[in-house]
Amino acid sequence: MKYAIALVTGMLIGAALFVAGMYFNPFAEQLTVSPLAVSNDEHINFTYTAVPGETLLYTDHGESIIKTHPDRVAELWEPAVVDTRIAVTLLNNSRGQVAGLGIKFSTDSEQTAIINSKVLVNSTWHIYVPGQGTLLVDQIENYWSYLREVVVPARWSSGDAWKGAFFRIMTRGPGALGTARVTGGNGNFAGISSEAVESLTARAYSATLGPVSMDGGLTITLPQAASGSE
Amino acid sequence: MTYSVQVVDLHREASHISVQANGGNVETFRAELPRDRILVGLAGQENALPAGLKWPGADVFGSLQAELFKIRDRNDVVIGVASRLASASEETGPFIEWVVHLPARGTVYLQMDVAPSAEGHRNGSLTAGTREFETLGGSVREQFITVIEDEDSNVDGRIELITAFVGTLGDEVVPPGDEVGSLDDEE
Repeated sequence: MKYAIALVTGMLIGAALFVAGMYFNPFAEQLTVSPLAVSNDEHINFTYTAVPGETLLYTDHGESIIKTHPDRVAELWEPAVVDTRIAVTLLNNSRGQVAGLGIKFSTDSEQTAIINSKVLVNSTWHIYVPGQGTLLVDQIENYWSYLREVVVPARWSSGDAWKGAFFRIMTRGPGALGTARVTGGNGNFAGISSEAVESLTARAYSATLGPVSMDGGLTITLPQAASGSE
Repeated sequence: MTYSVQVVDLHREASHISVQANGGNVETFRAELPRDRILVGLAGQENALPAGLKWPGADVFGSLQAELFKIRDRNDVVIGVASRLASASEETGPFIEWVVHLPARGTVYLQMDVAPSAEGHRNGSLTAGTREFETLGGSVREQFITVIEDEDSNVDGRIELITAFVGTLGDEVVPPGDEVGSLDDEE
């Protein structure tokens, strides 16, 4: 009997150490400085609300803690799209004025590996900038830091909420420097190829409602030809 | 165990692809109307979709029309989602474009001709693709097929995107349907 107890205790301690090792992995830190910060190319900077209820439209499979918006939007319940979310949001410039429209498709990635601190999402932005043109931004994002520093503390909190200051670069690829791939569509952006990074700034999160105060940022580099025509 | 157990396992439908006689894989994506329409964003629109949508006025996005759809395969099974942007803006030049996001496969970015062909459909091309579509090039045909139109002009129909993709971005591919007579026979 005592051997069985020792075995079970050892297994529990081992499992706890394993989970703690994954959770507090010191090699899992995400960037807080954009890889594009050292680029000499011109940038476009957009900010947008990352609170689903403040977007023009947000939808998912309909059973998450985050409410779809508006209320009667179609939900993505079919098996092939059940892991996908769509957000349609206004993109603001640095002065807070509306500068574009962004449609973001996000799907959980099969490359997700929690043991490596990778909670990956494949996401695509379809962007329209009035007077400028259209863009496609393709990226892989890592939500590990967001889960560890915002979502899990909110669930552990007795008030089911988290408040603080969180800022991370979410983009992890597919570019070699961890940047997103940008393809120009129409207008001044036609034919361009460049890079982008997306960041997330969180100030409040509810374990029962989802994001409460949260903004996203999207920085897109412009090759000389496109930036010169602005 | 975390190596062997896949945390995310996306659902996959079998792809229905036929091979075009002169090269290229032909695949048909469709959106049934109105049931697959998720969003119609257009300034000044009286009946917003979805109900309660607060779309900006014409002073913000001008004539831009933004639409979202669920996308089905040839067998009527939902396999992805798509956005369609269309604008008659003089500043950017008029455009119509699609982004088709197929979660388990990747995304395609399609630019369409603004003017429809004599047969009533639009031709276009693949501008960029991700993952499975990353190294592909090719063409696409967009066509609207009316199924039922009632006395109140309510239309039931479908939008079809018939793609013909082939390896190596930039290769010329004959628009689907122009080469293969059997394409319509499959429907």
